Amino acid sequence: MSTMLTVKVWRGTAGGAFTRYEVPRQASQTVLDVVTHIQRYLEPTLSYRFACRVGMCGSCAMTVNGKACWTCRTHVAKVVKDVAGDVGELEIAPLSNLPVIKDLATDMSAFFDKWARAKGQFKGTATRADDFAKVAPASPERVAANAGIECIGCGVCYASCDVVGWRPDYLGPAALNRAWTLVNDVRDVQQPERLRAVAGDAGCHACHTQGSCTERCPKQLAPTLAIAGLKRKAAKAAVRGEL
Amino acid sequence: MSTAAISQAKRWYWQRVSAMVLALCVFVHLGVLIYAVRGGLSAAGILGRTQGNWAFGAFYAVFVVACAVHVPVGLANIATEWWGLRESVALWLARAFGVLLLVMGLRAVWAVVA
Amino acid sequence: MMRRNDQRARAHAAYWAFLMHRLSGLGLALFLPIHFWALGQALHGAAALDGFLRATDRPLFKFAEWGLVVLLALHMTGGVRLLIIEFGSASNLRKDWIAGSLGFAAVAGMAFALSLFA
Repeated sequence: MSTMLTVKVWRGTAGGAFTRYEVPRQASQTVLDVVTHIQRYLEPTLSYRFACRVGMCGSCAMTVNGKACWTCRTHVAKVVKDVAGDVGELEIAPLSNLPVIKDLATDMSAFFDKWARAKGQFKGTATRADDFAKVAPASPERVAANAGIECIGCGVCYASCDVVGWRPDYLGPAALNRAWTLVNDVRDVQQPERLRAVAGDAGCHACHTQGSCTERCPKQLAPTLAIAGLKRKAAKAAVRGEL
Repeated sequence: MSTAAISQAKRWYWQRVSAMVLALCVFVHLGVLIYAVRGGLSAAGILGRTQGNWAFGAFYAVFVVACAVHVPVGLANIATEWWGLRESVALWLARAFGVLLLVMGLRAVWAVVA
Repeated sequence: MMRRNDQRARAHAAYWAFLMHRLSGLGLALFLPIHFWALGQALHGAAALDGFLRATDRPLFKFAEWGLVVLLALHMTGGVRLLIIEFGSASNLRKDWIAGSLGFAAVAGMAFALSLFA
């Protein structure tokens, strides 16, 4: 293993370009370690996000060698392939499909706005005076909801989706995945509004099952399948005139 | 809810329903054409089997209708996503193509069965 | 300013399945009017249809026909995979079906080729 790594980092605001840095290689080094080193010792003006640095918060999501991932959970050794003495390059860019604020930090507003537009919030009618809702954990709805409930809104799926790139209105995998967990929440009372919000080409029906979201999700969720569930439900309601 | 979204949901639905019909039709058609192509194609060979064969005609008429429903939906998507056309233009183009397929397809069925 | 993905983000099986499905669908869609027109020649009599069949009895056309058979088989099985994901109880991206589609298309192509040379 050579001692130095060549890293291309995206720098810029409205426009941008890659800048090269030489970073010392370490054992068990993650991409976030590399970015941190550059900002601390080589380029103090580099802007990037991180928080927990242990794979729990999703703040450090960036595009590494073309693929969106959590940089704190991505080992350099896994993405940089040394071939016959030639060290591969590490390319770090901000997430795709989101406006770049500066360098590696993107504006996530559109991502969360779409979450809200997909009715990704729970709404119930119970009050503190009511008894607890009883939901069987093994019921099909709860199993379906649980399969997608761990999403922490990191944006990797949204950044990986080509349909998001092709259709500016498309709500995207995360918002739709969250909507599906709520469609399956038997306590929620805004189901008709939610189905209306997620139907059509701005919603689930534009998904072409490319599967990049499911392929890249760091929590191994499957937005593709959640969206498939929404497609069925929403189309049935549309054809029956219930939308 | 926007009527555009309702139409889009319906288009998705009819594309999938026609796909189910087509899965069957295509499977049969693959068998038919692999059989028919043996020894070379000739008008006599084809028409000898299709003329007056109304079961054949009914099957292929259904096939044509399913195509005319199924193809435009995908084409409209490609036109919007890859060719940069506005949705209204893409839909118009796709529908026109669907009508073309329906007319030419039914004409072709009639041509070989009647 | 937004950055967009390039081919590195698309280097996985389910994406290739999408691409194959869309491109095969486009190819078949453009082929259909020609196919219908050719068969419609029978309206002008068997001789007209024969004329067309003889004109297309060349290696290039036969290769194109073989290609179309493969595209058709691919599009159909890829489509059935999508129907399973969307209407069935798939719990993953059904990559087994992607492999199966390629296998079925290969078989259909071979069967067609064998028939051509029979």
